[in-house]
Amino acid sequence: MDNLLSISTFIPAIAAAILAIFLRGEDAAAQRNAKWVALIATTLTFIVSLFILAGFDPNDTGFQFVEEHQWLLGLKYKMGVDGISVLFVLLTTFMMPLTIAASWNVTKRVKEYMIAFLILETLMLGVFMALDLVLFYLFFEAGLIPMFLIIGIWGGKERIYASFKFFLYTFLGSVLMLVAMVAMFSDAGTTDIVTLLNHQFGSESFSILGVHVVGGMQTLMFIAFFASFAVKMPMWPVHTWLPDAHVQAPTAGSVVLAAILLKMGGYGFLRFSLPMFPVGAEIMTPLILWMSAIAIVYTSLVALAQEDMKKLIAYSSVAHMGYVTMGIFAANQQGIDGAIFQMISHGFISGALFLCVGVIYDRMHTREIDAYGGLVNRMPAYALIFMLFTMANVGLPGTSGFIGEFLTLIGVFQVNTWVALVAASGVILSAAYALWLYRRVVLGDLIKESLRSITDMTTRERAIFAPLVVMTLLLGVYPSLVTDIIGPSVEALISNYDTALAEAHAASQIAEVSH
Amino acid sequence: MQADLNIILPEIVISVYAIAALLFTAYTGKDRMAGMLLWLTAGLLGAMAIWIGVTGDGSRTAFGGMFNDDGFARFAKVTILLSAAAVMVLGQEYMMRRKILRFEYPILIALSAVGMMLMVSAGDLMALYMGLELQSLALYVVASLRRDSAKSTEAGLKYFVLGALSSGLLLYGASLTYGYAGTTLFSGIIEAAEGQAPVGLLFGLVFVIAGLAFKVSAVPFHMWTPDVYEGSPTPITAFFATAPKVAAMGLFARVVHDAFGGVVGDWQQVLALLSLLSMFLGAVAAIGQTDIKRLMAYSSIAHMGYALMGLAAGDAFGVQAMLIYMAIYVTMNIGTFAFILSMERDGQPITEIASLNMYSRAHPARALAMLILLFSLAGVPPLLGFFGKLYVLRAAYEGGLAWLAVAGVIASVIGAFYYLRIVYYMYFGEEREPLETSRSPVQWSFLMVSAALMLLGIINMFGVEGMAQAAAATLVN
Repeated sequence: MDNLLSISTFIPAIAAAILAIFLRGEDAAAQRNAKWVALIATTLTFIVSLFILAGFDPNDTGFQFVEEHQWLLGLKYKMGVDGISVLFVLLTTFMMPLTIAASWNVTKRVKEYMIAFLILETLMLGVFMALDLVLFYLFFEAGLIPMFLIIGIWGGKERIYASFKFFLYTFLGSVLMLVAMVAMFSDAGTTDIVTLLNHQFGSESFSILGVHVVGGMQTLMFIAFFASFAVKMPMWPVHTWLPDAHVQAPTAGSVVLAAILLKMGGYGFLRFSLPMFPVGAEIMTPLILWMSAIAIVYTSLVALAQEDMKKLIAYSSVAHMGYVTMGIFAANQQGIDGAIFQMISHGFISGALFLCVGVIYDRMHTREIDAYGGLVNRMPAYALIFMLFTMANVGLPGTSGFIGEFLTLIGVFQVNTWVALVAASGVILSAAYALWLYRRVVLGDLIKESLRSITDMTTRERAIFAPLVVMTLLLGVYPSLVTDIIGPSVEALISNYDTALAEAHAASQIAEVSH
Repeated sequence: MQADLNIILPEIVISVYAIAALLFTAYTGKDRMAGMLLWLTAGLLGAMAIWIGVTGDGSRTAFGGMFNDDGFARFAKVTILLSAAAVMVLGQEYMMRRKILRFEYPILIALSAVGMMLMVSAGDLMALYMGLELQSLALYVVASLRRDSAKSTEAGLKYFVLGALSSGLLLYGASLTYGYAGTTLFSGIIEAAEGQAPVGLLFGLVFVIAGLAFKVSAVPFHMWTPDVYEGSPTPITAFFATAPKVAAMGLFARVVHDAFGGVVGDWQQVLALLSLLSMFLGAVAAIGQTDIKRLMAYSSIAHMGYALMGLAAGDAFGVQAMLIYMAIYVTMNIGTFAFILSMERDGQPITEIASLNMYSRAHPARALAMLILLFSLAGVPPLLGFFGKLYVLRAAYEGGLAWLAVAGVIASVIGAFYYLRIVYYMYFGEEREPLETSRSPVQWSFLMVSAALMLLGIINMFGVEGMAQAAAATLVN
C-alpha cells in the first residue's frame, strides 16, 4: 500500500462527510448512530496507523511511506513519516477513539460534535505527515476551525471569550509563520520539506531600519516560526490562552488539546526550527532555555494557587511543555529523545488527567476543588486511577513521566547547568501541586453532603482508562519502545544540525578574514 | 473598420440588445416584462462570457490601439459577465417579491457590463473614461432603484456626487498625462514615461490612481462604500460588491502596467500604501458594525487591499495573484450575498447581524455553508480564500514588499475577528426569536455551490490558476 498515510488521514474526514450528508434527525437513534460511526472511524484509523508502525523501519532516517502529487502554485501534496513524526501519528490515532468514547454522554448536537472531532483528527494527522510547507500550514491552521467550534458550542460558561481568545491568539502566532514560509518558498524555490531540510538559508547579518540582525534571514525566519510554535506549545509568556481554552472546553476537547494539539508546537520545532534554521536556533537557544526554565517554575507556582481542577492541570501542562522546549533546544541526543518522549508520555498522562476531571464533572457538574473531598470513600477505583496519573504527572520513576523529565534534564545539564538546576526544582513543585490536588479531592473524610450519593466509575469509563494505564506504565518501565524508534532519526537530526552550524561558523570566519 | 468591429463584437451585441430591450419594454409591458427580461439579460451575459472565454486567442487591438483584446481582458470579462449574470439571477426572486424589479434594472446592468468590458480592454485614456462613465452612470441609477426609500435615494446620490468627484480627479490626471506625454494612447504614454518620467506625468499618474482607487473603494477613497452598500437594495449591493470591483481592478492593472509600466517604482509605493490602509481600515472598522451589509462593505474594502497588494508587486506574478484573488473574492461574495438575501422575518429583509442568533439550529446546512464562506473570507486554511491570500503574499514578498506582506497577515488576524463574530451569532448564541429564511431554491443553490467551491477548489482551483497566469503574461511583458 503506497498511500497508507492518506488513507489513515482521510478516513475520519470521510466518516465526517458521511455523517454530515446521510444522518438526519436529533433523536436518540441518530445520536447513537453518530457516536458509533465516529468510534468505528477513529478505531479504524488506529488500526491503519498500526500498519504504518509495523511497516516502519526505524533505522532508515529518511522519510517513509512517501506520497507525492503536484498541486497549485508549484506546491506539492506530499506526505511521509520519519522517526520523529511516526509516534505522533500513533499518539493521535490512539487518543481519538478514547476521546470519542469519553464523549458518550454528550447530548447537545451530537452529530455536529462528532463531525468536528473527526475533522479535527484528519487535520491533526495531516500536520504530522505533511512534507510540504504549505500543506503543513494548511493542516496546522485549519485545526483552529473545529477547535474553535468545539470550545464555542460545547464549552462551559465563559466559552465565547475562551474560543475567541484561542482562535485569535493562535492565528496571530501562525500568520507570521506564513510570511516566513512564503520567504522560504521564494528563497529555495520549493516548498518540499525534504529539500528544504538540506537547504542552507542565508545567515549573513544585516540591518533592517537600523536594527542589526545577527544571523540574518535565518534569525528572522526562526523568530517567525517560533511565534507560531511557541503560542501553540504554549511557552511562557504566551501561554495565557491555554488555561482559558482548557477550562471552557468540554472534556474531550481538553483531552485533544492537551494530548495532541500542544504537541504540534514541539513537533514544529523539531521539523522546522532546529534543522532548517540552525544558525537562528543557536542564537536564540539561551533565551529559549531560560524561557523554558521560567515556564516550569512560574507555571508550577501558579498551578499551586488554582481553585479549578482543569486550570490546575492546564498550568501543569504548560510546565511540562517547558521540559519539552528545554530538551529540544539542548540539541543533544538525550535532550531531544527526552523531549519527544515527554511529549508522547504527556499525551497519555494529561489526557488521562483531564478524563479524570471529566469523570467527576459528569457527576457533580463542578470543577471547583473545594466542592470535593474524600472521594476515596465512595470511589475507590477512581481514587486508584487518579493516583496513578497524579504520580505519573509528578514524574515518579516507573511511570512514563519520569523518563521524559529525566532525559531532558540530563540533556540540558550538558548545555546549561543553571537552567537544569532551576528546571529541576520544578520537579519538586509539580509534586507539591499534584499531590495537594489529590489530597484535597480524593483523600480525607467525605463530609460534603452533595457527594454522599456519588458513584464509582462505570465499565465504560474503566475501559477508557485501561489503555492509558497500560501505556503509562509500559513506557515507564520499557522506554526503549519509544527511543528505539525515534533514536536514529534524532541522531541524524543532531548530526545535520551540528554540521550545518559548523559550516555556517566556518563561512562567517572566512567572511571575517576576507574583510 | 470591419476588423475593428469584429473585435468588439461582444460589446456591440450587448449594447444593441440593451437598446432594443429598452425600446421594446418602453412600448409594451414595462415592469411586467422585467422578470423575463432579467433572465434574458442574464442568459445573454452568460452566453457572451462563454463566447469570449472559448473563442478568443492571441492579442489584438482595435481602433488604432484604443481597444485591446488580449488574454487579460478576456479573463476579466469572463469573470465580470459571469458574476453579473449570477448576481442578477440571484436577486430575481427577492426583487420580484418586494416589487422593486423594474424593467430598467436588467438593461442598466447590461449597459454597465458593456462599460466594464470597455474598461478592462481600454488602451487609451479616452476609452478608459468612456467605459468608466458608462459603467458608473448605470450604477448610480440602480443604487437608487428603490425610489420611495430615503436610504436608497441617499445611496444613489452619495454615490453619484462622490463618483463625480473621483471622475474629476481622474480626468484631471488624464489631462496632465496627456499634456506631458502628448498622447492619450497607453502605448504612447509608456514610451514617454520610460525611465525617468517628467514630474507632470507623475502628477497625472497619481491623480489617475486616486480616481481608480475610488472605484475599487480603496482607503482613503472608500467613504461612499458603507453607505451605498447599506442603502441600496441587497441584490444591487451584491452587484456592487462583485463585477464592478473586478472591472475596476482590471482597469487599475491595465493603466499601471500598460501606460505606466516603465515607472513601476513610482506607483508601487502608492499602491502599497493604498493596500496597507485598506487592509487595516477594512479590518478595524468592520468590528463595530451591526449591519451585515455595512460589514460586507468594510470586508470588501479590506479585500481590495489584498488585491492591491498583488498589484503593488509590479510584475506578472502580481497581476496573476490579483486576478486569482478577485476570482475567488467574487465567488465568495456571491455565496455570502445569497445568504444575506435569504435573511428575512415576516417577509421583510433583515440585515442585522444579531438576528442570526442560533441560526445553525433551524438551518444547519445553510449555517454550515455560511461558516465555510466566512472562514474563507477570513483567509483561514484549508479554504480557497486562504490560497488567494497566499498568492498575493507571495507576489508582495517577491516584489520586495515583505513589510506589506507582514502587515497584511496582521490585518487578516484583526479581520478574522468580525467574521468569527458572525459565526458566534450563528452557532454560540442563545435562542431567541428565530430568523426566517426565504425558500428560494436559487439562493440556496448559489450559497451551497459557492461554499462547495471554497472546499473543492483547493484541489486544483478548476484551472483558474493557469488561465490567470496566461492572462497576466499578456498584460505584463
